[in-house]
Amino acid sequence: MSGTARPKVTTFPAPNTGGFAFTEENQAQAQRHLAKYPDNNKASAVLPLLWLAQRQNGGHLTRESIEYVASLLGMAPIRVHEVAHFYSMFNHRPVGKYFIQVCRTTPCMLRGSDELIAAVKDKLGVGEGEVTEDGVFSMREVECLGACCNAPMVQINDLYYEDLTPESLSNLLDDLRAGKDAQPGSQAGRAGSEPLGGAKTLTEVGETGVAGYAFANGGGVPDAVRQARKAEAEAAKNEHQAGETSGKGDGKA
Amino acid sequence: MPTLTINDKEITVPAGVNVLQACELAGFEIPRFCYHERLSVAGNCRMCLVEMERAPKPIAACHMPAGDGMKIWTDSDLVRKARRGVMEFLLINHPLDCPICDQGGECDLQDQAMAYGFDRSRYEENKRAVPEKEMGPLIKTIMTRCIHCTRCIRFAAEVAGVEELGAIGRGEHMEVTTLEQAIDSEMSGNLVDLCPVGALTSRPYAFSARPWELRKTPSIDVMDAVGSNIRVDTRGREVMRVLPRLHEDVNEEWIHDKTRHACDGLRRQRLDRPFIRDEGGRLRQASWDEAFDAVAKRLKSKRKPEKIAAIAGDLCDAESMLALRDLMHALGTPNLECRQDGAKLDPTRRAGYIFNTTIAGIEEADACLLVGTNPRWEAPLINTRLRKRFLEGGFKVGMIGEPVELTYQVDYLGAGTDTLKQIAEGKNAFADVLKTAERPMIVVGTGALARPDGAAVLALARQMALDFGMVSEEWSGFNVLHTAAARVGGLDLGFVPGEGGKDLEGILDATSSGDIDTVFLLGADEIDMDRLGKAFVIYQGHHGDAGAHRADVVLPGAAYTEKNATYVNTEGRVQLARLAAQPPGDAREDWAILRALSDYVLKSPLPYDTLGEVRQKLIETSRTFAAVDHVAPAEWGDFAQEGPIESRPFALPVANFYMTDPISRNSETMARCTATFILPKQEATGTDG
Amino acid sequence: MILQDKDRIFTNLYGQFDWRLEGARKRGVWAGTKDMLELGRETVLQTVKEAEVRGRGGAGFPAGLKWSFMPKQSDGRPHYLVVNADESEPGTCKDREIMRYDPHRLLEGCLIGCFAMGANTCYIYIRGEFYQEAQHLQHAIDEAYEAGLIGKNACKSGWDCDIYLHRGAGAYICGEETALLESLEGKKGMPRLKPPFPAQLGVYGCPTTVNNVETIAVVPEIMRRGVSWWTGIGRPKNHGTKLFCISGHVNKPCNVEESLGIPMKELLERHAGGVRGGWDNLLAVIPGGSSVPCIPKPTCDDILMDFDALRDAQTGLGTAAVIVMDKSTDIVAAIARLSLFYMHESCGQCTPCREGTGWMWRVLTRMVQGRAQIEEIDKLWDVTKEVEGHTICALGDAAAWPVQGLIRHFRPEIESRIVNYQKTHGSRTVPVAAE
Repeated sequence: MSGTARPKVTTFPAPNTGGFAFTEENQAQAQRHLAKYPDNNKASAVLPLLWLAQRQNGGHLTRESIEYVASLLGMAPIRVHEVAHFYSMFNHRPVGKYFIQVCRTTPCMLRGSDELIAAVKDKLGVGEGEVTEDGVFSMREVECLGACCNAPMVQINDLYYEDLTPESLSNLLDDLRAGKDAQPGSQAGRAGSEPLGGAKTLTEVGETGVAGYAFANGGGVPDAVRQARKAEAEAAKNEHQAGETSGKGDGKA
Repeated sequence: MPTLTINDKEITVPAGVNVLQACELAGFEIPRFCYHERLSVAGNCRMCLVEMERAPKPIAACHMPAGDGMKIWTDSDLVRKARRGVMEFLLINHPLDCPICDQGGECDLQDQAMAYGFDRSRYEENKRAVPEKEMGPLIKTIMTRCIHCTRCIRFAAEVAGVEELGAIGRGEHMEVTTLEQAIDSEMSGNLVDLCPVGALTSRPYAFSARPWELRKTPSIDVMDAVGSNIRVDTRGREVMRVLPRLHEDVNEEWIHDKTRHACDGLRRQRLDRPFIRDEGGRLRQASWDEAFDAVAKRLKSKRKPEKIAAIAGDLCDAESMLALRDLMHALGTPNLECRQDGAKLDPTRRAGYIFNTTIAGIEEADACLLVGTNPRWEAPLINTRLRKRFLEGGFKVGMIGEPVELTYQVDYLGAGTDTLKQIAEGKNAFADVLKTAERPMIVVGTGALARPDGAAVLALARQMALDFGMVSEEWSGFNVLHTAAARVGGLDLGFVPGEGGKDLEGILDATSSGDIDTVFLLGADEIDMDRLGKAFVIYQGHHGDAGAHRADVVLPGAAYTEKNATYVNTEGRVQLARLAAQPPGDAREDWAILRALSDYVLKSPLPYDTLGEVRQKLIETSRTFAAVDHVAPAEWGDFAQEGPIESRPFALPVANFYMTDPISRNSETMARCTATFILPKQEATGTDG
Repeated sequence: MILQDKDRIFTNLYGQFDWRLEGARKRGVWAGTKDMLELGRETVLQTVKEAEVRGRGGAGFPAGLKWSFMPKQSDGRPHYLVVNADESEPGTCKDREIMRYDPHRLLEGCLIGCFAMGANTCYIYIRGEFYQEAQHLQHAIDEAYEAGLIGKNACKSGWDCDIYLHRGAGAYICGEETALLESLEGKKGMPRLKPPFPAQLGVYGCPTTVNNVETIAVVPEIMRRGVSWWTGIGRPKNHGTKLFCISGHVNKPCNVEESLGIPMKELLERHAGGVRGGWDNLLAVIPGGSSVPCIPKPTCDDILMDFDALRDAQTGLGTAAVIVMDKSTDIVAAIARLSLFYMHESCGQCTPCREGTGWMWRVLTRMVQGRAQIEEIDKLWDVTKEVEGHTICALGDAAAWPVQGLIRHFRPEIESRIVNYQKTHGSRTVPVAAE
């Protein structure tokens, strides 16, 4: 895979990739990410490439995989290490097959996240950052995951599991261990972030918005456009009138 | 030119300065930790907060450009409170282990805490502890003391051009670190100076002295031909450390690691007594009288003065070279040589052997061709200046010679003379770069000159300078980069073969064949001693290195920190080194030794009895010595003999940056650096190649 | 006045319908986009200015004004629109719903924003945790390219507009616009010193505007329905609809689109099933995401939910994330947990925040148990004041304000815990760090 055009103006030790390299598929992915950024700014791809590396490496980054990314981007290894250690989603130790991240910030805390944390620790016998002996689960407390209306919640690998209780979380973990499909999202039967028991708003809204919504199915003329046309028409009319009243003057000139 | 009001004082400041600088200009001190004039602005320590009219919050003075009509207060309640707060935050996790900290007594944090801080701590929690980091043989880390100003990171990345330092982690767990590797930069010692606290301290100097015990002597460095301005700190007669001294036109405020850390070599293998080789071939201690007698016997018995030769080494001061020159002239020998590396420099025209652009002048250049030189090892401060210029933009650098990794973008053009000729003939793309540049420069290293066809290479370079518009009223782009502190001084005062005299090759040929049977080595250690044949060798110098081992008589001289002496740097800048410590034992200042010897050798001794008189003679010899710390433009003219040029690559003169002279070769610190930075690479190339 | 469904913009807020292009078109997204662009850059900009759209990301800065900071003519450097989808403010979960259930609304806004600012490239910086949201958004981007809505000659308007999705990797600070730009450039997300502002020197050294997802997503509908429709909702200077995220101790936590200026009590009772145990069981509310100070119940009784009303109550609308705490709440622990959040999320760049956030958390953690001295409350207040206003970015302020809110309104609570602890453990117990 090609490197980047960034001129190298500092010296640094050659990246020690230790034989780590992207699979063919990830190389193609990496190229797609690189294509998003201007030619002289390929360092922008450092996050996407670290993501690929972490995924390929089974959920955590090693020194070698970090420096492999450095080598692809022509960056000094230390710069990529800085990035890899700054963002909390990059793991530097192995994680379980199911990596449970329990949100602990105040909105979740108010709705019982501490009990979830205790339940996970109790059930799995692992603490913060630890992996179960069988390697199936690992747990971390994390800061706000941005699903506060569905608190408390956890993220397991990529997906959110919301509206949890210690019991429903326990069941969820059982299902995962048993290899069953677990349904992400609300575990209390909500579709999204509507109030439990059904939405109170948007009740009059259908597939095409409220009845008579002018812009449904791509119809209607935007108001800004209508205003502009009106203004244009008026301007034309005024000009016409102005032209008539000042016609003589123009003639003289 | 904005005019602003600072603490009710109106001041007009140059455009482009920041509020912090404006305050300084107005005479108000602004405390700071992260801000450094030569580094990018980080604005992270928040110590320089000041109050600005209409700003809802205090502003960081280091970051805010001074604007017309601004009203600034540097001592209001708001400012004092902000500073006290920042100071308190800096101290809560700082260990306050000043009694065992090497920075104690010269610590920004200590000083500013006294001036702006609280008298006690309100922090009742546990303090943070941070593991030490590996930074190599020169830098000791106590990272718990780090205040995260990031000066070190910025210096490494911006000035030194090595990206090996970074800050890992975030928040209060952020740690400045390397990747557990020694910092591979010849400029790394400056990190210690920049660190405002005791997080990065000098490893070789660790726990050896307190700043208030030291006598500080401003002087000049001789580890290369740049003539960096230094401060020599001594305790008693021992040099404890060497620090940089500000000189904008030479080294700014940096020095390289050899300048800084080779000083422990001053303590080992010193020649502290005269020695005479006895019948058994062993050097035995002697008195000055005996030694002078032995030398005089040899020199006076010579009826043929052309059988005598004198070679001056790389660390010689101008005074001693003048004295030896005068002595040799009095004896009638024309065989004098100060180019112990064999560089085919033409001493007749100064413009032909100095760095005419000047170091500061590099910043004016817009293209540069490096010929047979690795500036990073031969003159790191010039390399730093080239990088500084490069980072400004619009500066193309081409290189001919051994490919080496520099700290800026370089077009590698080729290995040797063929490429040089191609460019001269316009057959290389870089010729267009030079042609279109407004102020192009060429730097000829001694690697291109210390070869049989060196004079012809020099002549070609001269011609190129003319052809590519490097020589004009306003611009002087022709440069020779020397590696030796003594060289330009020696050439200036004419320590070169006289009428019918032999140059280095000639002398060595003649000693091999026996045509020359007496050689005076003034600190010359880099020549091939085997080629001295059976000659009687007098060695005057300060270290028991190659020269002393070969010598029949050893006259113990003074090292650069032990004498008041004149050096001329590669730009042709005359600078004065000062005596910081007495030479050891019976060793003496070098010109005085030669003056004393002349009593034994000559009918009428050398005509100067004081340093002042020697310097007067220097000025009479060459007017350039009259103007200290001044670089007068050298007049362009004819120099160097054109001739056939061999098709051969240029070799580099420095094989190991850390060991280039008797002092650095005897330095334990330099030995450790060699083991850390040089040997692994040599092994690597050994196995690869 | 309560917002009616006909005035709601985010008609698929709960994911009732298809979020893909086909479904979006049915809901009116991408209706008349080409016509809108044909009005010209100035008219579009003028419309957004006249609507006085205040930024939905927290600071409430007028979006039209921000857009107008962009150079009118390019000096050769490209312009960029960067959408801040790094929604990480505790309590906030509105942009997530837009991205997973109505992504085309955002994309249409991106195109109009790009056009109004002379930008041909838009980056959407989405927080790394939002995996499903990123997938939906990427799918929508692909659909939009496919349909010619974005890309070369977007909507056949003659304007080229590339939209790229960029995933973060877990850093709250990247929600700060300059930290976001640093992160986008492949560095650590550390906020930049200002000036220069992004409109002069943003991503890659080019003029850049950073806007919140919701801000961008409402623009097309304002263009469609008209400025007077928008300004007819809410109060002067506080126009339009707003997504409120109601979390904590309410019976039915939810997201809801309401009119700015709705009374808090009505918001909670009408949409979120009321406070657990009734209105009188309310202790305090954090009305705008974790960074704004909490307000106690008496203030909540009649407060209006908009920028200016909340500012007048020494708090703020922030992201309109309403965190409700009833009387069972350990308010000291709740705020201490926020302090932990800020300590964890401090980037470490500047001194007051790096050192102060940890200090505040440690003292507060002791105060949860009462393991402190009464004088330490004033010390803690001092520390918050030493952080506030002294940092490079607003995270320092954000860390200080919740603690200030706590001390301002709940000082007796802290004092009584200290007194109780001293009763059981002796009066001059030396506090020890809580680690």
